[in-house]
Amino acid sequence: MTHSELPYANSCVRLGHYDPELAVYTQGLDSLGKDCLQTPSADTAALTARFDAKVERDEKIEPKEWMPDAYRRTLVRQISQHAHSEIVGMLPEGNWITRAPTLRRKAVLIAKVQDEGGHGMYLYSAAETLGVSRDELVAQLLAGTAKYSSIFNYPTLTWADIGAIGWLVDGAAIMNQIPICRCSYGPYARAMVRICREESFHQRQGFEIMMTLARGTPAQRAMAQDALNRWWWPSVMMFGPSDAESQHTAQSMRWKIKRFTNDELRQHFIDVTAPQADFLKLTVPDPELRWDEATQHYRCGEIDWSEFHRVVKGHGPCNRERLQARRSAHEQGRWVREAASAYAEKTRARARRLEESA
Amino acid sequence: MTSPDWPLFEVFIRSRSGLEHKHVGSLHAVDARMALEHARDVYTRRLEGVSIWVARSSDIAASDPLDADAFFEPARDKVYRHPTFYAIPEEVKNL
Repeated sequence: MTHSELPYANSCVRLGHYDPELAVYTQGLDSLGKDCLQTPSADTAALTARFDAKVERDEKIEPKEWMPDAYRRTLVRQISQHAHSEIVGMLPEGNWITRAPTLRRKAVLIAKVQDEGGHGMYLYSAAETLGVSRDELVAQLLAGTAKYSSIFNYPTLTWADIGAIGWLVDGAAIMNQIPICRCSYGPYARAMVRICREESFHQRQGFEIMMTLARGTPAQRAMAQDALNRWWWPSVMMFGPSDAESQHTAQSMRWKIKRFTNDELRQHFIDVTAPQADFLKLTVPDPELRWDEATQHYRCGEIDWSEFHRVVKGHGPCNRERLQARRSAHEQGRWVREAASAYAEKTRARARRLEESA
Repeated sequence: MTSPDWPLFEVFIRSRSGLEHKHVGSLHAVDARMALEHARDVYTRRLEGVSIWVARSSDIAASDPLDADAFFEPARDKVYRHPTFYAIPEEVKNL
């Protein structure tokens, strides 16, 4: 141990006279206190009213507080899907680390992919505060029963795709995530603040790649345009089904998990991204896209929702490949985890022996 | 990814010298040393800290939010602990 302050930390957070059975309330705690789960039903109405009032006042809900089961379930679903998306999202970009065109691009791409891994970790730990274990969540991902963002089921065919992902996919993700920084659930909101702070570099490095290609040779320009052609619609679909179709939006907005509807966020994304495409002198692959003076918004063509549903249901170009990659990474890492456990056990045993002989 | 037997650690980071350590999140690790290394990789990729504490989550005791009202009640009626409780005439300076 290198930190001389550590023993002090332990002694100052321990509050000796508390009953540790009911006392634990930490950010990543994966077991809920029994007192939370055994609420007499007569009290439920009062607790619900208190919860609703708190949400209404824009106060944060924290892990061990009482919350409706449906609120908890919604958060577990959303946060874990979000975490899985970060983890699977490492794959399409990881595909280009060894082939990045310069050392600078390679270093940047490694840093970005490492960030995605970190974002997955923040989010898993936020999900764990709701009483679900990390291993359960990882098992759901590997079993193929959990969802993650469909965008990562598209392949990265050229280097320009790395630019398009940073610019469009991370751009859409930021649009989605900024309002979640104000989410009613404390740990999710805090994780999101951290993520948004880091995500901006992702988008800018992507745009920089697109800019370099767009100003390059005709072949490079064509490559940038091709990437935009393939990534535009899937990025627009990242905001999820239209408001009329979205099952969860209304309730999530009442609970202040969500602050804007899918269509509002999508419109905002199109409004800010279309001028960026103009700047690059690239063409958005939507012949109906045009600025509407009256509404001060861009109008756009119909989204092909059948493609969206096809990919969500597992029939996208890379669904199987992505899961296979995650499973084999998990399997290939097994011996490392086992070795670490064995080493820790050996170290503990040695410490015990030393203590006994002293 | 973790193994089922890896305990959870809470992570506290001092962002620069002179400031206190602040809770930033949690992670799983096989022991305190691994927790420190993982905390560095997960929480300080942009030099966010000069010192890290990790503590097993199960070692942390905390007050219960359900009892918060009663627990913090003793301080509620003691407004005289604030300097603004005392009315001092304008003309008195340096007080």
